Amino acid sequence: MSGRIVLAHGGGGRLTRELVRSLFIPPLTNEYLAELGDAAVLPPVSGRLAFTTDAFVVDPPVFPGGDLGYLAVCGTVNDLAMVGAKPIALSWALILEEGADEDLLRTVTAGASRACREVGAPIVAGDTKVVPRGKGDRAFVTTAGLGVVRQTPLSDRLLCPGDEVLVSGPVGDHGATVLAARHGLGGELVSDVAPLWPLVDKLLASGVEVHALHDPTRGGVATVCYEVAERTGLRVELEEEAIPVRPSVRAVMEVLGLDPLYVACEGRFLAFVAAGQGEKALAVLRGHPLGQQANLVGKVKLRQPGEAPVVLRTAFGPLRPLDLLSGAELPRIC
Amino acid sequence: MCLAVPMKLVSREELKGVVELSGMRREISLMLLPEAQVGDYVLVHAGYAIAQVDEREAEETLELLREALAGEEA
Amino acid sequence: MNGFADPRLVRTLARAIAAEAEKLPRPVTFMEVCGTHTNAIAAAGLRRLLPSHVRLISGPGCPVCVTPVGYVDQAMALAEDPRNLVATFGDLLRVPASSGSLEQARATGCDVRVVYSPRDAVDLAAANPDRRVVFLGVGFETTVPTVAAAVLEAEKRGLANFFVLSGHKVMPPALEALLADPALRLEGLILPGHVSVIIGARAYRPVLARYPIPAVISGFTPVDVLRTVLELTKQVVEGRAELVNLYGRVVREEGNLTAWGMVEKVFAPCDARWRGLGDIAGSGLALRRPFASRDAGQFAVTLPTPREPAGCRCGDVLRGRIDPPECPLFATACTPDTAAGACMVSAEGACAAWYRHERFAGVA
Repeated sequence: MSGRIVLAHGGGGRLTRELVRSLFIPPLTNEYLAELGDAAVLPPVSGRLAFTTDAFVVDPPVFPGGDLGYLAVCGTVNDLAMVGAKPIALSWALILEEGADEDLLRTVTAGASRACREVGAPIVAGDTKVVPRGKGDRAFVTTAGLGVVRQTPLSDRLLCPGDEVLVSGPVGDHGATVLAARHGLGGELVSDVAPLWPLVDKLLASGVEVHALHDPTRGGVATVCYEVAERTGLRVELEEEAIPVRPSVRAVMEVLGLDPLYVACEGRFLAFVAAGQGEKALAVLRGHPLGQQANLVGKVKLRQPGEAPVVLRTAFGPLRPLDLLSGAELPRIC
Repeated sequence: MCLAVPMKLVSREELKGVVELSGMRREISLMLLPEAQVGDYVLVHAGYAIAQVDEREAEETLELLREALAGEEA
Repeated sequence: MNGFADPRLVRTLARAIAAEAEKLPRPVTFMEVCGTHTNAIAAAGLRRLLPSHVRLISGPGCPVCVTPVGYVDQAMALAEDPRNLVATFGDLLRVPASSGSLEQARATGCDVRVVYSPRDAVDLAAANPDRRVVFLGVGFETTVPTVAAAVLEAEKRGLANFFVLSGHKVMPPALEALLADPALRLEGLILPGHVSVIIGARAYRPVLARYPIPAVISGFTPVDVLRTVLELTKQVVEGRAELVNLYGRVVREEGNLTAWGMVEKVFAPCDARWRGLGDIAGSGLALRRPFASRDAGQFAVTLPTPREPAGCRCGDVLRGRIDPPECPLFATACTPDTAAGACMVSAEGACAAWYRHERFAGVA
């Protein structure tokens, strides 16, 4: 039988050391972490730094296509990638619930290690705390990520009317997979969680004039577009038929009464590129394994007073506004 | 409050059935539709099958509409 | 069956409606009485495919919206008792009570669980033998059989700790109340497809015999809804008032007799209060005597005086008297995040659907 986490694992004493040495260090090992110092001292870098932080709670913590650890590293490095930064190092801290399964921790740590290898950035610092049973949900992860900006930082400030919008792959896979697991819906769903830097790197290096990138995590594609439109005062027009959604994802959403445009992706991004650059960007994205099903999905327009910030042209012709999500998306039977 | 989705009944054991839609599977109850047969499309609401879908009727409806469309285009 | 969302068929139907509507002597208003229609029409942007003198409005078809605030108060009071575990469809979680909501009650430590099926609530009763599991039974004829089946399943499994707080309602008496209203100006009814699956086309015949009006049982895809609008328009043009079933792929004349039999075994008709419509005789369902021990209404709770939000005109919206933007609170004091009334909370509430999908005039 696998061991269980007890409060003393977070107490800083012998059990904490054992946990770190036996469970965390071997899969994650690197020269900085191996020091076990109070802080990692990194080599000098040239270029502007990008710095981000994130927190991860997911139920269930292990799901088809990933786990909490893999998700945590991908989520962090993807935030860096969205400003055009190559990830160079991460930290993570785990909040464990008393009674959590050590095997779960092994899975989560292995997931984090796999993501680090894929993206080429190590976890150089870590911490663990344990909270009493009932005060947490098995395991929470918080991270910080450091990256170095390749060219000019990407920003919504660069957006202008006429910009073209692309999505790097089918949307809603992660959200649908997790919801399906939570509601006992079986099937062939797999989360899209993946580190996006390799694809972003390729796009930026291609010479396409990229203005901004956004990963549609919480709130999905609709929410990201809404936030972009709010920040810029512009309008985003999306074409419903152009947005790739897998049939199995559509099925889960239909059964739960949800809209795929509002559920999370963890391995996709929206790219806003200069007018006339859409086709070129599309060719670049489709030439990479992570972007094979990329598509051009819309345009940035001037927003007239009183107009909706984001609209979707439905398959039947009419435009309908896409609003922000109200509260957490709940499965409904209505 | 009446969201219901047509799904294919792929197996059943007494009043428990498994339905499928685009590769997604779910266990449902057949208490409200005991006559459902494996292979039927059934309408699922809140974890229960509530009706068999008459596929022929559906096809005929669509056929009529497609004819109207063809007539328009001609 | 993807054909029912075929954009080409949708456009063909829209053109046919436009042609037919040319012959209308006056503008017409058709009402749907099913929240799933409300949502489907708004989400596909169907109103913008119709000529301006064919108007679609929403009636009292969203179960959450017609549930009186007193019911939510009672659910809240039950949730506050630590002996109870309250299980509910997600639809009800954010509906405002006189003060607060079940979602807020959960945040203060009340045990409120969202379930997808009443069967899940029965499983909760099995897994928590020392708790009273109270399922919040809200919904029309489509949903009631699933709750009746859950009650029978709890009986069979000997789970004495499974209870139902019945706020269930049936549609025909509400339609009758609506049609009897001399102030109502309506040229046609879009009847609820999935309610009809259970009660059958025949359930509407007595009401429609007393109050003749064009009425079509409709499915929910864009093709279904537009076929329905076309049929209603034709009936008005030709001066007919008939009940037509255009959702024949799942709706039969007699409905689902097994399902309705189960409802009749477990529930008996009772009078019920509808938000916006008031008390309607025989429009509710209460647990029958053999199952009275499972009625969560028996638990003593202290209830506040039910307080409907001041200025909220949900009632007029539910009767089709005004469109949501005509309510003074719409999109100002009342938004999906700060909802005053249930019509703004439920995804299929008329106000929420309007807010999300139709708020921006210049959009099309």
